[in-house]
Amino acid sequence: MKSLIQFTDIGLYCPQANIYIDPWRPVKNALITHAHSDHARSGHQYYLSTKASIPILKYRLGSFINIQGLEYNEKTQINGVTISFHPAGHIIGSAQIRLEYKGEIWVVSGDYKLENDGISTPFEPVKCHSFVTESTFGLPAFKWKEQQVIFDEINQWWRTNQSKGVVSIIAAYSLGKAQRLLQNLDMSIGKVFAHGAIENTHEVLKKQGLSLHETLKVDNKKTNDFFAGSMVIAPPAAISSTWSKKFGTYEEAHVSGWMAVRGMKKRRNLDQGFVLSDHADWDGLNTAIRATGAENIYVTHGYTEIFAKWLREQGYNAHVVKTEFGDDLADINETP
Amino acid sequence: MKNFAQLIKALDGTNSTKQKVEALVSYFESEKNEHAKLWMVALFTGKKPPRFVSTTLLRIWCAEISEIPLWLFEETYHIIGDLAESIALMLPAHNRSSDVSLSDVIGQMQQLKSGSEDQKKQFVLHHWSTMSNDEIWILNKLITGGFRIGVSKNLIIQALASVKGWTNSQVAHTLTGNWNPNKTNWYDLFDQQNIKTDISKPYPFYLSYPISEENLSDINKEGWVAEWKWDGIRCQRIQRSQNVFIWSRGEELINDQFPELLNNASDIDSFVLDGEILVWSGGRPLGFQDLQKRLGKKNPGKKIQKDYPVIFMAYDILEYDGKDIRDTPFSQRRNVLESIFQNNIKDQNLLISETLFFENLEDLANHRQNAISINAEGLMLKSQKGIYHSGRKAGEMWKWKKQPFTIDAVMIYAQRGHGRRAGLFSDFTFALWNDQVLVPFAKAYSGLTDAEMNEITAWVRKNTIESFGPVSSVKPELVFELAFEDIMLSSRHKSGVAVRFPRISRWRKDKSSHDIDQLQTLKDMISSR
Repeated sequence: MKSLIQFTDIGLYCPQANIYIDPWRPVKNALITHAHSDHARSGHQYYLSTKASIPILKYRLGSFINIQGLEYNEKTQINGVTISFHPAGHIIGSAQIRLEYKGEIWVVSGDYKLENDGISTPFEPVKCHSFVTESTFGLPAFKWKEQQVIFDEINQWWRTNQSKGVVSIIAAYSLGKAQRLLQNLDMSIGKVFAHGAIENTHEVLKKQGLSLHETLKVDNKKTNDFFAGSMVIAPPAAISSTWSKKFGTYEEAHVSGWMAVRGMKKRRNLDQGFVLSDHADWDGLNTAIRATGAENIYVTHGYTEIFAKWLREQGYNAHVVKTEFGDDLADINETP
Repeated sequence: MKNFAQLIKALDGTNSTKQKVEALVSYFESEKNEHAKLWMVALFTGKKPPRFVSTTLLRIWCAEISEIPLWLFEETYHIIGDLAESIALMLPAHNRSSDVSLSDVIGQMQQLKSGSEDQKKQFVLHHWSTMSNDEIWILNKLITGGFRIGVSKNLIIQALASVKGWTNSQVAHTLTGNWNPNKTNWYDLFDQQNIKTDISKPYPFYLSYPISEENLSDINKEGWVAEWKWDGIRCQRIQRSQNVFIWSRGEELINDQFPELLNNASDIDSFVLDGEILVWSGGRPLGFQDLQKRLGKKNPGKKIQKDYPVIFMAYDILEYDGKDIRDTPFSQRRNVLESIFQNNIKDQNLLISETLFFENLEDLANHRQNAISINAEGLMLKSQKGIYHSGRKAGEMWKWKKQPFTIDAVMIYAQRGHGRRAGLFSDFTFALWNDQVLVPFAKAYSGLTDAEMNEITAWVRKNTIESFGPVSSVKPELVFELAFEDIMLSSRHKSGVAVRFPRISRWRKDKSSHDIDQLQTLKDMISSR
């Protein structure tokens, strides 16, 4: 019997429904777990995603794309395969995709985290026979603290900088981390500015009804005094660049799971690193996998070999699958 | 431990030298426990607490408590790249913090050196379960003896100078030699009288920077002196009241390695020479390979002394007849040095480094070219007016090293880095063709930019043939130009040659593995040198 999901060199493929999941080469039909660029690529003829992902997908891939959306848990049928989207808790609109055919159930989880971040629809475990998982932080060294602990640290850092008249620049990926960060800042401390790339993403998200704290646009004509003591949210690429110079005296910080590792922080010459991730940590991955009840586990990106070996020792039938999802460990940004 | 952990966090959380010194000053002023303060200074100036437990046991205990198999611990450690940190990250997280002091922890470690494995385990596990994760990281660093966190001895000296109202050089002098944090106290350590009565006390070494083209044009025969840059073991030879002490640059007393140099060489009451230990035969130094036979070898036997005879090549004098003369100009110190070698020193194992005659830069360039023929590393250029500074200082003394050898080679293994390079492939093995076979001949890890290392890491991940723990064998495709200081035949190496100080001089993206050099080319360099 042929497998419900096959692993091909252009992406995860369901032959029965003739549809790919997060393919990395242009295809006819694509299911998209979430809108980050390593999972949602351009050039497909037809897209199916969660409804919540559609505006941002159109913003990123072009308004002309042929796309349809489903609510979370809503079912659709393609050639006998029942397809539904379930919250993955990674970013706004992110989903695990469930496929069922003749009683066999697969779940492709894309990227996920278990903690409720207050912005993304929280992760829900889905029972299945075969579970496709990431392992970005699939080592026992990665253990996240509750986000409130980290946001207290971030707000405290901002207060300290403000008392010295220093600008706090924080690097956060424009889709996902930036909103999570913004919603958890103590807005009573001072002004919050956002880089243009983030402002644009917020425009899109606000139009679909998400309520976000207001940010100020970075105006080039303003003097240093205007920014003194404020918080600036910028995409990682804008950090330590000429762009940050306009703020006068500033400190920079990254917010990423990689900040747990001293060497990765040092290498960036960062003043500060805050350990906060939109990916599951070691315990999160193990908990999620256990909750699916699946026997077969396919590990797509991250520390795949190590994590799969660990899972096999725990009694799972676990395999490594080669994909082109973001897994450059040298890259401090969790998603490209 | 709390204060110490806070200090480390403050130092770790900034890249500004000014802020680091401020953090240190505030620690020195606020820490009430003098013993802890002494140990802190000791740790940051290169002294180590005793090693009382193997890292193997630490790994096993950590895996046990974290309930993971040992292989998973090892794999994770390879990726995190630092044992102390890996353990701190893998142990169950909690929010406690311990009240134990730095000096008490070190005291316990000293006692445990002769303790049983059970006692050691009890100590480690107790602290692992009561300390915060930051404190655990520091404890592990103390246990494994690798305390390097981007704070140089110089910063400690600056901070102490500011606290004491002393000059940096006074503090540097105070901190030299073999003072023992267990046997002194804060007051005695900084008591000037004690410095005078400790007859073994060395002075801080004066180190040079490489000279730039621009500074080279300022060199002239009137104001400058040229000497060989000897390729030996930099040492200070102290003779006071007929006692001789030889200190290495790492401030280790190495008397027992070089009995030939301990003779009472002169009737002058005290004199301190700066120079280099060389293996010497037939009026010239032998290569570094021969010196290696004497390195770290305590109480060498008659045969070794005969086969690898050493001398002390003096090139500066810091103390004469009880007087510290470091603040007099080099020209005067040189006069004193020449005079005592002419009149007072009667020991064949002590030599004076000759000055090299030159009229102009062309003469200097020629000398530099000839350095290899006398097994020297190049030239030292010293201003006549220069005083003997503490530590590395630019302006009055430069090194001008000879041109390195270079060869194009292909990368065949890549290894994950540690510390700042954790998560990156940063250590590489390179090979040359021997007919149709690639033969590894050198490992190198320096010379690449961070951007290049990121690029190579991404490439290695896609082009790995096989992994062995932290090491990956890769497709032989990336070509680099390697530079090295010297080359010699070696029976210990598969390639038959050993190169000295290999490093990457540039990435040859324009070349493929077909363009790289033959092993024979490398061997030919030996005869050409």
